[in-house]
This record gives sequence, structure tokens and C-alpha cells, in this order.
Amino acid sequence: MALEKMDFITERDKQIFEKGTDSFEMKCERVSTAGSVSQRACSFCGSRVVLYPVADAIHLVHGGIGCAAYTWDIRGSLSSGPQLHRSSFCTDLREKEVIYGGETKLREALYHLIDLHKPSAAFVYITCIAGIIGDDVNRICKEVQNKTGVSVIPVQSEGFKGTKKDGYRAACESLMKLIGTVEGPAIPMSINILGDFNIAGETWVIKKYFEQMGINVVSTLTGDARVGQIRNAHRAKLNIVQCSGSMKHLAKMMMEKYDIPFINVSFFGIEDTAKALYDTSDFFNDEKVRNNTKMLVSTEIALIMPLLNEIRKACDGKKAGLYVGGAFKAISLVKALRHIGIKTVLAGTQTGSKEDYEILKTVCENGTVIVDDSNPVELSNFLIEKQVDLFIGGVKERPLAYKLGIGFCDHNHERKICLAGFRGMVNFAREVNASVNSPVWKFVKWRRH
Amino acid sequence: MLLRHTPEEIVEREALTIQPAKTCQPVGAMYAALGIHKCLPHSHGSQGCCAYHRSALTRHYKEPVMAATSSFTEGSSVFGGQANLLDAITNIFTIYNPDVIAVHTTCLSETIGDDIPQITAKARDEGRVPNGKFIIRANTPSYVGSHVTGFGNMIKGIIDGFATRGTKSGHINIIPGYVEPSDMSEVKHITKSMGVDTVMFPDTSAVLNGPQTGRYEMYPKGGTPISDLQKTGFAKMTLALGPIASGPGAKFLDTKCGVPYEMLSLPIGIRSTDAFVNALRKNGGIVSDELEYERGQVLDVLTDMQQYFHGKKVALVGDPDHLVPLTEFLTDIGFNVRHVVTGTPGKKFIARIKEAAGTEDINVKEASDFFYLHQLIKNEKVDLILGNTYSKYIARDEDIPLVRIGFPIYDRVGHQYFPILGYRGALRLIEKILNALLDYQDKTAPEEKFELVM
Repeated sequence: MALEKMDFITERDKQIFEKGTDSFEMKCERVSTAGSVSQRACSFCGSRVVLYPVADAIHLVHGGIGCAAYTWDIRGSLSSGPQLHRSSFCTDLREKEVIYGGETKLREALYHLIDLHKPSAAFVYITCIAGIIGDDVNRICKEVQNKTGVSVIPVQSEGFKGTKKDGYRAACESLMKLIGTVEGPAIPMSINILGDFNIAGETWVIKKYFEQMGINVVSTLTGDARVGQIRNAHRAKLNIVQCSGSMKHLAKMMMEKYDIPFINVSFFGIEDTAKALYDTSDFFNDEKVRNNTKMLVSTEIALIMPLLNEIRKACDGKKAGLYVGGAFKAISLVKALRHIGIKTVLAGTQTGSKEDYEILKTVCENGTVIVDDSNPVELSNFLIEKQVDLFIGGVKERPLAYKLGIGFCDHNHERKICLAGFRGMVNFAREVNASVNSPVWKFVKWRRH
Repeated sequence: MLLRHTPEEIVEREALTIQPAKTCQPVGAMYAALGIHKCLPHSHGSQGCCAYHRSALTRHYKEPVMAATSSFTEGSSVFGGQANLLDAITNIFTIYNPDVIAVHTTCLSETIGDDIPQITAKARDEGRVPNGKFIIRANTPSYVGSHVTGFGNMIKGIIDGFATRGTKSGHINIIPGYVEPSDMSEVKHITKSMGVDTVMFPDTSAVLNGPQTGRYEMYPKGGTPISDLQKTGFAKMTLALGPIASGPGAKFLDTKCGVPYEMLSLPIGIRSTDAFVNALRKNGGIVSDELEYERGQVLDVLTDMQQYFHGKKVALVGDPDHLVPLTEFLTDIGFNVRHVVTGTPGKKFIARIKEAAGTEDINVKEASDFFYLHQLIKNEKVDLILGNTYSKYIARDEDIPLVRIGFPIYDRVGHQYFPILGYRGALRLIEKILNALLDYQDKTAPEEKFELVM
């Protein structure tokens, strides 16, 4: 290890690498070491974030109040219509139910909610406690569904089942229960957008590109989604999968069941966005779509390049550290930062797979530290050692960066600006620039060079 | 209208909570543990619990919040979490080197029946706990009580772990309640000003409101030192501020070490602060000129501005220990407190609020939620809401000014640095309330009635 001066949990030494120095075989996709101050969450969290944006459904948390309280309107997934998803519904299990079971409460809660809101569907999230007391949630859901005619879908999201990634799988399986529940012929020149959650309106940007290209968007999973669209998703010709970590499983299931092929894409950064649009266009192999795509890409790039070049002048030579949920995001970020002259010297993810890390390694330069499932002590040591100017991460990383006196950009649920597509690249560059070049850092001792 | 789905008609709703006005026990236990110097909270359950509590505290304080987790798997939920906790203890002391690990449970580990005292004893027997290091613990099942209960249970855990019976010394203990770091500082300011020798625990000031230093300190300089915690059993008495958060600990310390206690409201507003000051006076404190002056300033603002309060209708939502003295204070200065809602269960709350308001004619509900509060407000509109960040949905939909107090506050700063406890806290509270009311008046007044001098 090139990094021996830091004292890590010994079992973690296969989760930290420095490119160019270490041989590289990431031991990832495993449960965090007990006792670590992990930045990770659980299966429930994974399921909740994936399904949350379905705006006309009831999202009922069957469990203790904490699971509901902490997931009440915390993700900036925008809806163009109903706002039902932003409410917090919970069976709030008490001691009595832990002893005698929570089925009665669940049944009553569902009837109450369906009567009150007349939703298009209801998702019931099974938490640790609901799982461990052995409630037959599937049976109750079926019963209520039969009686009310509203689809009631259990989500097997018990927290102890694993990391967020396992929760994504459970969410995909729940979505699969809705897909194909209506009849209809295949829709020509059509796609589903998988793995975009409409944070700050990103799904809208992406959807508009496809419409400009002449491609029909059948459903968006799950950004600004409606139950009705999801039911029709099997009628699309192609699935384009953004956040591969969360939705690849659904794409694979849909390929198996409905013969719908999928391509992996990213709408973050210029090259990735252009590639995503061209790949989709190539799939349909249609002259008109191809011309539209070319036109779209060239117009958009011509529009943003002068803006980016301006920002690049201000950011050139700065160094960045990343710690994000999935590896795909990390890979896109490394490339996007390079556009504005910023070099990535630390790249980490919570849930990357072995293949993801291999790709991440190839896009990083020598000397970049690559970590899996890190913790604040480790991260802060690397940030200082590598003299980082910008840190990109989520909720728990933000105050860490600020405590150290480093600029920060939220690339997770709490971001307020749209980062997808070509314009998103400019927004991203502006946000990075605003933070990295904020005058406040001059007050930080170690950074006053 | 984000809450467009809230109907005016109130129907009985036993099985369902909508828009919760509480969260679960562990976060309170985690917060209390952060008020011990060099303590690392440990969540014995799935990874998500720990991540959620840390995120909640991080959002509320805008500070890094550290806590470890047992990282339960499907296996541990079947066979028990003993192996996870034992490994965790070894790993934590080796890598993060805290002086104390404060273990709290979760609904999962409680239900599978993990015996924490037995596991920690085993850890000690196996030599996993280095000399001079401590493990304390609290049972915090999420299906009982609320975050406030969890705070109270960790206080008991602290006493269980550190307090011993011994010769009485001159100092008194103060358990400050589930309040902000700024409030804990204010309590210390009052006791210092009165010259009373105290041990306050926990103390999150200089832990969750620390300065920017350009360095990351896993263990900031604040927190009650272990040496102080070890003296708690020798105190001549304990002042417990807030019966739900501080009461159980005070009673337990009495049982364990024979330290008598006095139960007080949180010192919010004039009367409750007077009661606190009076209790300190009875224990050898001298009411300083400084405090007299601070109190006088509060009265001065109240008399200067009373016309803006009198008769205004208010709705309150939050934690019981805060709501009781707050109701009393607001009633004292002329407000008409109409609706008071807490998520924390406990029937006594209803009588306490009615007593504080001095009337039976008030809507009070425990174990309730924001949805119910919204329905109350739809049925009887108010001029002002006091509550945490989640109140903002109602405030926006119903166009009512909001003063943020309580936990959590995710969308403003200030609570970390400026108190609402004590006389200075009362002054700040009035300032915030006045600004909210007057800003609203400025925004909505017709042109001819728009006033320069208010």
C-alpha cells in the first residue's frame, strides 16, 4: 500500500487503491465492517429513493416512525402534477403490534389512505421491524387490492437485507409488478428512460431532447412518473438506463420478459450526453432521427462551449475529490470536471461494482486514490493530503468539506440545480466555480498559500 | 398547495400517521451521547438507521456527525447481533479511539432480543475494551415513545455507566433536556452567573456548533468530560429540566446513588426561567445583577411591543418539554394559544398544556401529527405557527407566519448559536415572533395602512 501512514480498519485495505502504485482488485459490493462510521444506508433507503418519485401513488412505510420521518420529502424529485409522493404515511408500529403483529394496522391504514386520496397505486415498504415480526404483508396487499381495485404493491425493503443496492433491486421488482398491467401494441420509435429521478427537473431536460429527436418517451422511471405510464412501459422499443446501479436490474427483467433491449447511458457531461443521444439514435437507425440528433447536439454544444471556456479560466488547475453513491456517476464526474480544467485526485463510491471500478480506474489519472465504502476520517485525511479544492458528495460529506475549508458541490438528493444534459453541464460548472472560487476560503488557515 | 390533500373534516385515525411530528428514539440517544467528550455513538442495528440519524443531525446542525453501526445483515437478524457488536467494539477502539462508546439499540435489535449488557460484559471479559475506556448503553426501541424518550434513555445510560454512590460534595447536577447546544451554553451562563458549582450532562455545546478551523476533529473540544460524569453520584441534588427528556435520568440517579432531584420545566419564557433561577438560588446561587438586567430587558421589550401580541392566535407543534413552558410563556404575554400538537405519546401532556394555558378551551393532542394540526388550523385559523421545519408546508398553504423552533430545523441557521432558553433566550424568542408577525403585516398591509414606525 502506498498509503500506509494512515491507520485503516485492516479489512478495508482491499477497498482503497492508488492508481499507478497498487495492483488493483477492488473488494467491493460487501457489507460494511461492523463498527465502521460508514456513509452508507440500507435496503429500505434504496427502495424508497427509487420509488419515491412516482407522484400519483401512495407510499406507505410499514414500520417504525423513524423510517417514515427520515424519508419525508427529502429528495428533490419534482412532479409536474400530483404531489402525493411528498407526503409521509406510516403505520407507526408500536409495542402492541410488535407483540401481536401489525397486519390489522396495515390493512386499516391502506383502506384509510385509498379512501382519502384515491391513488393510482400504493407501495407498501416493508421495514426491518415489519419483516422481523413476520407480518404477511403480501397477503394484506392482495386483499386490499382485491377489495378496492387499486394496485397495492409490497416492497421487500427490510433494512437488514443489505445495502442500498439490494433495495434498488427490491424496488425494481415492485415496478415489474406494475409494468404490463395494461394491454396495447408496441409503440414505434419509443423508449423508456430508466434511472433518472427528475432531481431539479432533470428528467424534463432529457425527455425534451428525445422529443426533439423524434423519439417517443413511453415512461420515465421514475422521475416525474405516473402509475399509468409505468403500466405501459412494456410497449416501448428500447430502455435507456441512466444510473446503472439502481435500474439495470429492471432493464434486465424487461429484456427477459418483454424482449426490450437496453443501453447504458449517462446524461452528465458533454461527451456522455452526446453519446447517449447518438447511441439511442443509432439504435433506431432512422435518417430523420439521426439528422435531428446531429442538429440538436451541435446546436447545444455551440451554445454552451463559450460559457464553459469562460468558467474553465477560473477553475483551471484546481483539484477535486469525489465520494458519490454509484460508480457510473463518479466516472461521469471525472470527465465533466476535466472539461473545466479540474483534476480528480480522489474518487470513491458507496456501491460501485468491480467492473465499475475497473472503468473508473481507466478514466482517472495516475496517483488518483480510489476508495469503496469510505468513512469521514479516511475521506478527510485524503482531502488534506491531496490538497483538494473541491469535494463532491452528499448530505454527510458537505459539512466535512466545509469544516476543512474546501469548496463543495452536492451531487446527490439535496442539489437544487439541474445537472443533466448540455445546459446541466453549464449549471454544474457554475456551481463548482461559485464554490471553489468563493472568497470565504481565504479565511481558512491551511489554504492561505 | 402541497398539502392540498388535507381535508377539513377530522375523522378518527388510529392506524395511520400522516406527516409525523416526531421521529424515533435512537436519534435522541445519539444526540445525547454526542454531549459526552470523546464519545462515539454506536447504532446497534441496520446501516440505514445510523445513516438516517446522522443525516438528520447533520442537516439540523450543518456539522459532521459521527456514529458507528453494527451493520446488521440478514444473518444477524436471525442469529442475533452479538458477533457484530463484539467486532464493532474492537474495531471502534482500534481505529477511532474514543474514550466512550455509547451503544443504543434499534427496533430490529430490540425485537430479536439482543442482550446488550451481556454482550458488553462479554466484550470486557474478552479484553476488547482497553483500560480507561468505557461502553455505555441505552435501550431505544423505535416502537416506544419518540426521539425525546431516546434522549432520556441515554441519560439513564450515562448514569448507569458512570455514576457511583459516594460522599456528597457541594455541586449540583443539571440535566438540561433535549435542547440545542446554544441552550446548553445558556444554562451554563446562568449557573456561572449565579456562582453555582454544577455538572451539566450532556453538553453538546462546542460539539455541534463548533468553529471552522480548517481541520476535521473527530472529537471536538466540547462534551461533558468523563471525570465530571463520574462525580454525578456525589452531587447534593439534580435539577432535571424537562420531565420527559431529563426526568427518567434524575429519578434513576436518585435510586442508584441517592441524589435527590427537583423536576422543572425547560426554562423557556419568564416564569419557567424564574423557577430555574429560584431553584439555583435555593442551592446557594446568588441572583446576579447580570441576570436581573437580562430579565429586565425581556420585560422592556414585552411592554414596548405588547400591542402586537395581545389576542393573536397561535398553533404550536413540537416536543412536550418545550411546548408546556412555551404555552405558558405565550399565554403570559397575551397570545391566545389555540392548538398544541405533539408526536410524542403521553396522556399527561394534555393536562399540563391546559394548566399552562390556564384554560380547558384549547385543542391539545399527544401522539399526533402535522396532518391533524393542519386540519385543526383549517377549522380555526391562527395568526402564527411555532414549530420545526416541517411546519412550513402548513404555513405556506395557509399563509401563516412561522417561527422555527424545535427539532429538526433543516432550512435555517441560528438555533445552533442562539438560545431560546433563559432570559436571553426569551428575548430572542420575542424578537423572532415579532419579526415574523411584523414582516407579515408589512407584506400584506394595504397601501394606505403600510406603516413606517411599528
